[in-house]
Amino acid sequence: MVSFKINSEEVSYEGDADTPLLWVIRDHLRLTGTKFGCGVGQCGACTVHVDGAAQRSCVMPVSAIDGRDITTIEGLAPSADELHPVQQAWLENDVPQCGYCQAGQIMAAVDFLKNNPSPSDEDINNGVTNICRCGTYVRIRKAIHRAAELSAGEES
Amino acid sequence: MQINADGSVVIGAKEPEIGQGLRTALPMMVAEELDVDWDKVSIRQMPLGIVKTADGFTWKYGGGQGVGGSTGLTSNWELMRQAGADARRQLIRAAAARLGVEESQCSTKPGAVVCPSTNSEIPYADLVVDAAALPMPEDTTPLKAVDDYRIIGTQRKTIDARDIVTGKTKYGVDTDQPHMHYAVIARAPVLNAKVASFDDTAAREVDGVLDVFRIDGPSPGEPYVILASGVAVVATSTWAAMKGRAALDIDWEESPNATDSSERFWQENVEMLKDAGQVVLDDGDFDAAIASAEATVTHQYRVPFVSHSPLEPQNCYAYVKADECHIIAPTQMPSGASRAAAAVTGLPRENIRVDMTRVGGGFGRRLTNDYVAEAAMISMKTGWPIKLQWSREDDIKNDFYRPGGLHEMHAGVDNDGKVIAWAQRLASGSKYYRRPNMPDENLFGAELYIDDFPRRIVDNIRMEYFHNAIGLPRGSWRAPAHTANAFVIQSFIDEIAHETGQDPLQLRLDLLGESRDLEYSGHGGPVFNPGRLATLIKFVAERIGYGKDLPEGRGIGIATHFTFGGYAAHAMEVTVVDGKLTIERIVAAIDCGLAVHPNAVDAQLQGGTIDGLSTALGLEITVKDGQVQQSNFHDYPLARIAMVPSLFETHIMPFDDVPTGVGEMGIPSAAPALTNAIFAATGQRIRSLPIADQLS
Repeated sequence: MVSFKINSEEVSYEGDADTPLLWVIRDHLRLTGTKFGCGVGQCGACTVHVDGAAQRSCVMPVSAIDGRDITTIEGLAPSADELHPVQQAWLENDVPQCGYCQAGQIMAAVDFLKNNPSPSDEDINNGVTNICRCGTYVRIRKAIHRAAELSAGEES
Repeated sequence: MQINADGSVVIGAKEPEIGQGLRTALPMMVAEELDVDWDKVSIRQMPLGIVKTADGFTWKYGGGQGVGGSTGLTSNWELMRQAGADARRQLIRAAAARLGVEESQCSTKPGAVVCPSTNSEIPYADLVVDAAALPMPEDTTPLKAVDDYRIIGTQRKTIDARDIVTGKTKYGVDTDQPHMHYAVIARAPVLNAKVASFDDTAAREVDGVLDVFRIDGPSPGEPYVILASGVAVVATSTWAAMKGRAALDIDWEESPNATDSSERFWQENVEMLKDAGQVVLDDGDFDAAIASAEATVTHQYRVPFVSHSPLEPQNCYAYVKADECHIIAPTQMPSGASRAAAAVTGLPRENIRVDMTRVGGGFGRRLTNDYVAEAAMISMKTGWPIKLQWSREDDIKNDFYRPGGLHEMHAGVDNDGKVIAWAQRLASGSKYYRRPNMPDENLFGAELYIDDFPRRIVDNIRMEYFHNAIGLPRGSWRAPAHTANAFVIQSFIDEIAHETGQDPLQLRLDLLGESRDLEYSGHGGPVFNPGRLATLIKFVAERIGYGKDLPEGRGIGIATHFTFGGYAAHAMEVTVVDGKLTIERIVAAIDCGLAVHPNAVDAQLQGGTIDGLSTALGLEITVKDGQVQQSNFHDYPLARIAMVPSLFETHIMPFDDVPTGVGEMGIPSAAPALTNAIFAATGQRIRSLPIADQLS
């Protein structure tokens, strides 16, 4: 049995230890905000935070997260009324088209901004590698810059 | 639509949302005419509204449902506004009756009927019960004038964005129904192969696997409901089903396509073009004109097969019972889903309920409901409610690909530099693949759009088609043949200009000419106004500084194209240093007539441009020994953010009060603008896509 925390809640999983975390989150815990895109860690639609760091959950066996702390898109906002600054920036820039990749994009951007609080475009090019098939990249880039501003308290 | 006691308004979304913004744009039209504040509006997705009549079927929600060909907005433009206007009229009539005044004495402000003569104001919520009971008036309710719009044409955010960024939005993959099981299919690795036999001993030992059985696909060449034969695995979770599938041992029959290869296909195209093909257009006298030309230009261009690869892999929930069936699917064509389920189950269509989720990308892939038919087959066989899940590998290897083709272009130019003869000769695998009642002589129609530029501009013009069979399934890929033809034509115009000592922009402007309507019989007609393209290309060229001095290794390229009723142009500036390409700047412009939902128009132009570039840079599907060689995003490398330049501007150019669609217009001219810029920077002409490593 594997036990871990997800969005501050203690949970456990008794199935196959090699089950990817993604499918435990989606099928077992019924948290469907985290998406299946490629199954091989290429696209990042399945990005979650493991102990605060972005991880592609489709290639992480659930056995590897025993005792660890997972955050999914459903647990990112501080409360129902208040969004995380990255989510807020995504809304301000109206990033989503189909929207399917955006939970993963947001989770990746949150972690990226932790390490690059004031990124250049080049930093973003090098550090943000999630795929958006709709091509929302122009707005993703703007939203990351805006999230950096919001996080730095430079709200305007 | 539903008006609630608190004044909020719920508007039904009849069309699927695939990211194009219709779930926001269509309610904007209703809310405009209904006269309510936009922040009072919420949306509810409607199912397929199919109603049986004495002689067939009709539609419950005012017309067919389905999105493709950039028609989602235009096909609902009258309907949605009229629905809003009719509802407002009934509210006014209910108020007039209550106040004892003439209808003409009442008007509205957002959310309320006002009657100045009695100094009254009645909220819609207080009138809605009366209004709903009134018979419809016999005369048609007039619609608002464009100048009076407060919602249409204004900046509005995506209505579902908050749900999306918080992970609440449900896509097809997120469907969760009582007692639902999970299914996957092991598909034939070779095109059109059938299952000979299989050993499921190990698969059935996988914890959670409930059932394993074969699925039979159509015979090669037959019209399809599903694509491939295979073996279905049903389990208690997606992962158990996938593990069960991996444990299967399947023997496949020899397929007639077992020796299919891209190499053979491309060689055959070259050979075919040496003969005479099917002449599908022959205006004027091409042979005489080309013989009399001062200069001639001839080149071949190769456009590859590509995959749709929507980010949400195909999936479908199906529950087939004895006399009814429930489908929940991410689909562009819910009526097609209904037909597919009916074909599999034999149930009458009115007994098949089709619910639509938000769709994780369409791009034309989900016009075809093969995955719906598969889900229905599995549910029917097991009797269980099941959710079928494709993997990414299933998706890339089992697509209805954009057809690949080899285009040979000929132009004759007179003493004055005027193009007097033009020919396009294409050898390709037609998209009209395995369709019932499709005669061979009509196969060209999916690949050559005979009324495209420069028809009716160049007097002597010929088009020839050669069909080359290949086992790869083909289908509609966002802006179908326009993506190929815009690349070919806009590259060739540049080449004509360079080889006859003309400026590529000026040659285009000379050909496109003034604003005027030319007959256009294809989709997007009935007219094509080349002057609208001239305006756009002049604009993007000026914005990017076309003609300015540039350092070595830097160049600017331009292109423009008319796609399904809409007009777009691109200008790009690139650097190529030591074989490394950098896109420095993009200027994109669209003329979609009246931009109903400009925020989404802008998004579609951005996304379309990036789709066009991503595809031109690195994407191709190839076949060897009857097998698709690509499998996932490591060998089908969709562009990431690093491809997109920081300098990327989009412009919406107004034209008239008639909206066109916008979903496909942003793609076609993107690739040729890029390759024309590469030529300007390096002198190297890209005549074969993808660009891949051709510059190194």
